[in-house]
Amino acid sequence: MAEGLKILIADDETPARNRLRDLLSDVGNISIVAEAKNGKEALDLAAETKPDLLLLDIRMPLMDGLEAATHAQKLEPKPHIIFTTAYDTYAIKAFDLNAVDYLLKPIRLERLQAAIDKAHALKPAQILALRPLQKTRGHLSIHERGRVILVPIGDIVYLRAELKYVTVRTVEREYLLEESLTHLETEFAERFLRLHRNCLVASAFIAGYEKRADETGDSQWHALLKGVPETIAISRRQQHLVKQA
Amino acid sequence: MRKNSRLPNLHNLGIHLRILLIVNVLAVLAAMLLSKQLNDILPLLAELSAVVQPIILMSMLSLYVLHPLLNKLKYWQGIFAILLLEMAISALVVSFLSNYFSFDNVSSPYRASALAGAVTAIVLYYFYLQERAYSPAIAEARLQALQARIRPHFLFNSINAVLSLIRSQPKRAESALEDMADLFRVLMAENRDLVPISQEIGLCRQYLNIESLRLENRLKITWQIDDMPPDALIPPLILQPLLENAVYHGIEPMPEGGEIVVEIMPKNKELLISISNPYAPENDHHNGNKMALKNIHERLKLHFDLEANLKTEAKNNRYKVSIRLPYETD
Repeated sequence: MAEGLKILIADDETPARNRLRDLLSDVGNISIVAEAKNGKEALDLAAETKPDLLLLDIRMPLMDGLEAATHAQKLEPKPHIIFTTAYDTYAIKAFDLNAVDYLLKPIRLERLQAAIDKAHALKPAQILALRPLQKTRGHLSIHERGRVILVPIGDIVYLRAELKYVTVRTVEREYLLEESLTHLETEFAERFLRLHRNCLVASAFIAGYEKRADETGDSQWHALLKGVPETIAISRRQQHLVKQA
Repeated sequence: MRKNSRLPNLHNLGIHLRILLIVNVLAVLAAMLLSKQLNDILPLLAELSAVVQPIILMSMLSLYVLHPLLNKLKYWQGIFAILLLEMAISALVVSFLSNYFSFDNVSSPYRASALAGAVTAIVLYYFYLQERAYSPAIAEARLQALQARIRPHFLFNSINAVLSLIRSQPKRAESALEDMADLFRVLMAENRDLVPISQEIGLCRQYLNIESLRLENRLKITWQIDDMPPDALIPPLILQPLLENAVYHGIEPMPEGGEIVVEIMPKNKELLISISNPYAPENDHHNGNKMALKNIHERLKLHFDLEANLKTEAKNNRYKVSIRLPYETD
């Protein structure tokens, strides 16, 4: 690589980005390929510029550094990650416990140099260890034809477990996600209702309920949804939800 | 200001409420002691009240009126004056009642006077203890500890921002450091005495200068303070921590930033202050916020007792803190 280590900087504050850029100009054999103002922008730019290293501020609007790092695991190649923060006792404790790289602001040149030298990609165990620090994710990240697509949680109508995947349905289209429905159910418990063994429906998208007869003549409740034509059959066990509505 | 004990603030509603409560509880106790049977308590209390209530009312009225005069005296002189005043009032009331109404049970003015002196001493001793519990060493230390709670987040981010300016804009870096020095001087000072609100506003502007270095045009601030009396006295560092909260919870989580509105105006004999900021419930993590609010609430209580209050509300995507306190000047 002629340009050395490719670095992406993400921080919502201009002076903080300037400072990092200044410092990095004193570090040899690197190049800054992109600068982002929040986690979402960082992921978009990372998909384009394929950096080797992400320098992520923890506290950013729209998407914080921790969530961005989680989604960045789906990038190819998987970038190394160093977090930056001015002050965050909880995060620092977790970083220390799990050997996650981080830099304290104001950042010193020697520290930055040392961190870059030993930077590495996060291991799955480290990603798991960062989970408790995060608020619930604002997006699901979908890996599709070499790209990472971020689907805002608020856009999701329902999540349905298939054989190997979970189908993520928005008003526009469907995506395939490699996560367990049970895990999604716990993480987003206040947003989704489990209407069926294999289906979580966003309560905000439920338009109403309807009783229909199936082929055998048994009747079953269905949930009608806003913005999508299909309906979701409600399993017997969950019918009390209809009565509550 | 508080090296020696002070007389209670007789212009304060809370103080008068406490006086009323103590005296009436004593009256009930007296009725219980004097009555031979349970049934006698109420009639006895009624009789006692007929004498006690006029005395309390007259006392509170005269104390309220005489407060400025009493305040000029030394502490022990003030105590002495209040004792004399109370004894005189009760002697007068009792002799008036026994002359013009036919109260059988009314004691002699001398006895009433002695009793009133004793009750007054109890009430004054209560206020003395209360003041000791609230103001000196312990409370003072707690106050200092509470005040020192500027966010490390702010400190380190600001230093980082100033560092970023040193190479490219040394002049701006200089003035930012000067603002920071002023801010920390106030934060580390002994902030016991009330200060003019204009001074606090100056401090707030310096604080916001530093913040806008980092946040640039994401931080917008509107001052609605044209009617503000600049000499009104407030406890120091009441507004700045609220602005810090507003920035941390209202501006930083928003990609486009937002507007903080500060409104200060007098109303009758009170000063109304409100600070509002944009608010998104999903960004809610209000632990630090609670700490600052609790601290300010406590300090308002220490300074003004029941005369001041603090309220918060979140609606229409804005979070608003409102403070009401007595309008005092030097």
